[in-house]
Amino acid sequence: MKRANWQELLWVAIIVVLAAFWPMLANGYWLGIGVDMMMYIALATSWVLFSGPTHYISLASAAFFGVGGFIVGTGMSDYEASFWSMLALSAVVGGALAALIGLATLRLSGVYFVIFTLGLAEMIRNLVSWIQNNFLGSRGLYVLTDFTDKHLYWMLLVTAAAVYLLGWIISRSRLGFALRIIGGDETVARHVGINTAMAKVILFTSTGFFGAIVGAIIAPRWSYIEPNQVFSPQLSFFVVIMALLGGSGRLWGPIVGVVPFLLIWNWVDANFPHQSILVLGLAFLVIVYFLPHGFVGRIDQLRARARGRS
Amino acid sequence: MNSSRAVLSVKNVTKRFGGLIAVSNMSFDVAEHEMVGVIGPNGSGKTTMINMISGLYAPSDGRISLKGRLISDRQPQAIAREGVGRTFQLVRLLPSLTVLENVVAGAVYGHRRRWGREAEEFAHDVLERVGMDAMSYAQISSLTYIDQKRVELARTLAGEPEVLLLDEWLAGLNPTELETGIELIHALRDEGRTVVLVEHVMDAIRSLCDRCVVMSSGAKIAEGTPDEVLSDREVVRAYLGDDDA
Ligand SMILES: Nc1ncnc2c1ncn2[C@@H]1O[C@H](COP(=O)(O)OP(=O)(O)O)[C@@H](O)[C@H]1O
Ligand SMILES: [Mg+2]
Repeated sequence: MKRANWQELLWVAIIVVLAAFWPMLANGYWLGIGVDMMMYIALATSWVLFSGPTHYISLASAAFFGVGGFIVGTGMSDYEASFWSMLALSAVVGGALAALIGLATLRLSGVYFVIFTLGLAEMIRNLVSWIQNNFLGSRGLYVLTDFTDKHLYWMLLVTAAAVYLLGWIISRSRLGFALRIIGGDETVARHVGINTAMAKVILFTSTGFFGAIVGAIIAPRWSYIEPNQVFSPQLSFFVVIMALLGGSGRLWGPIVGVVPFLLIWNWVDANFPHQSILVLGLAFLVIVYFLPHGFVGRIDQLRARARGRS
Repeated sequence: MNSSRAVLSVKNVTKRFGGLIAVSNMSFDVAEHEMVGVIGPNGSGKTTMINMISGLYAPSDGRISLKGRLISDRQPQAIAREGVGRTFQLVRLLPSLTVLENVVAGAVYGHRRRWGREAEEFAHDVLERVGMDAMSYAQISSLTYIDQKRVELARTLAGEPEVLLLDEWLAGLNPTELETGIELIHALRDEGRTVVLVEHVMDAIRSLCDRCVVMSSGAKIAEGTPDEVLSDREVVRAYLGDDDA
């Protein structure tokens, strides 16, 4: 992960402003795709915040996302809470959950961390289902709001922009530099005086915080919340694949990963509904064989070559 | 050695790895401005000793203190901030960072914390001192072995350590590089630094060290001036008995 510069911030700001006009141009199907894209851009960017510099692959996205959806669902249908208060609560609970997971997984590295996060997300999904079936009654959770896709799209755009801005600030801070050092060699990081545990927990907490916010914002779209749906592990894999496809070396990487992936996914899903999961496997192969550093890595490579020639 | 003047004090330190005793009941002190050599055949526990001082491993037994404060129960990052800096037997640099960034890394989180322009200027100064400033923006992968070692030393110096631990810093250098390397460590000595030097190069030990601690099979078998220990019967036997020394 490189230190982000002002030029990059300006480009992203322009993209955010342009993206804000999408609901004026599109509706129905294309607006729905826009909502999906914004949702995954926000999730993948917050994933990159932590996993980009540290190279720790987290499969816990669904846990945070699910917490957001579930809190909004339970709060609004069982306690008549307002959407906004439940959104705030989700963010706090998502952040706290991530901090706990971070503290528990500090000593794990590599493949153990991947498996632990996946297992934990699954455990939370089952736990929440069990609690709902046994204690909250299986009445189902209804989220009834006046929001349409257009509103959800804008809220997600604001969230994605906030994630990016936070990442941009961090990448220029001592914390961001510390994460690059941790990603390079954790032993060296500790020997130059970095509290590696603290740095990782802080970043992972922000991932959980934003993951839950996205889950909460999406909840009104479904109207009816079912734990197995909001905690679906497929979401965690989607986030990782899109982030890696774009390239986790840059904060804007997810943008260039999410857009093509979702376009292809939706097209295949519409035309060959039973083969859509193939896209996931193919994307994995493409990443491993052709784009080890994602589109971002390829773009950087081409740029370097162009500079070398001129 | 009067232990109250010791900057670094190692007392009855033992390290066990399962059944293996890598370091056994080691004790020695290092006074301010002193350069102490730790020598011994391969596998005698020198690196393990350094790893315990820097906090990478916790001793199984015994205490290590810095200026009277216990450090052996603390994490490497805390010990680094207390003022212990080290290099690694096999150079550890960050290949995705430039030379300058590698050195800045040493200046930012140490016991004197710098950031931004100040940290970069300081890193340039330190690189200048080890003769690497011209390479500030080079990629790590393009450096020769001695240059990598110099950058690693610069990173450590950038943390302004009060005690410097060098683990076989001269190992793996060719004869010309060795000369440069010895000169560089001489310069550190002239600056009055407090250094623990793990070394195999006998010439370097003779000309650099005030005192030597000799280890064999994890235990201290001799201590004294380089001339004293290198003529010691037991030391000679330990070395000759082990071809790989
Ligand atoms: N992390 C470890 N786990 C198990 N054994 C180790 C570990 N580190 C060192 N040892 C063992 O401790 C002994 C001393 O090793 P070391 O300190 O590297 O010696 P030296 O630096 O003097 O060559 C060796 O037998 C080595 O195999
Ligand atoms: Mg060694």
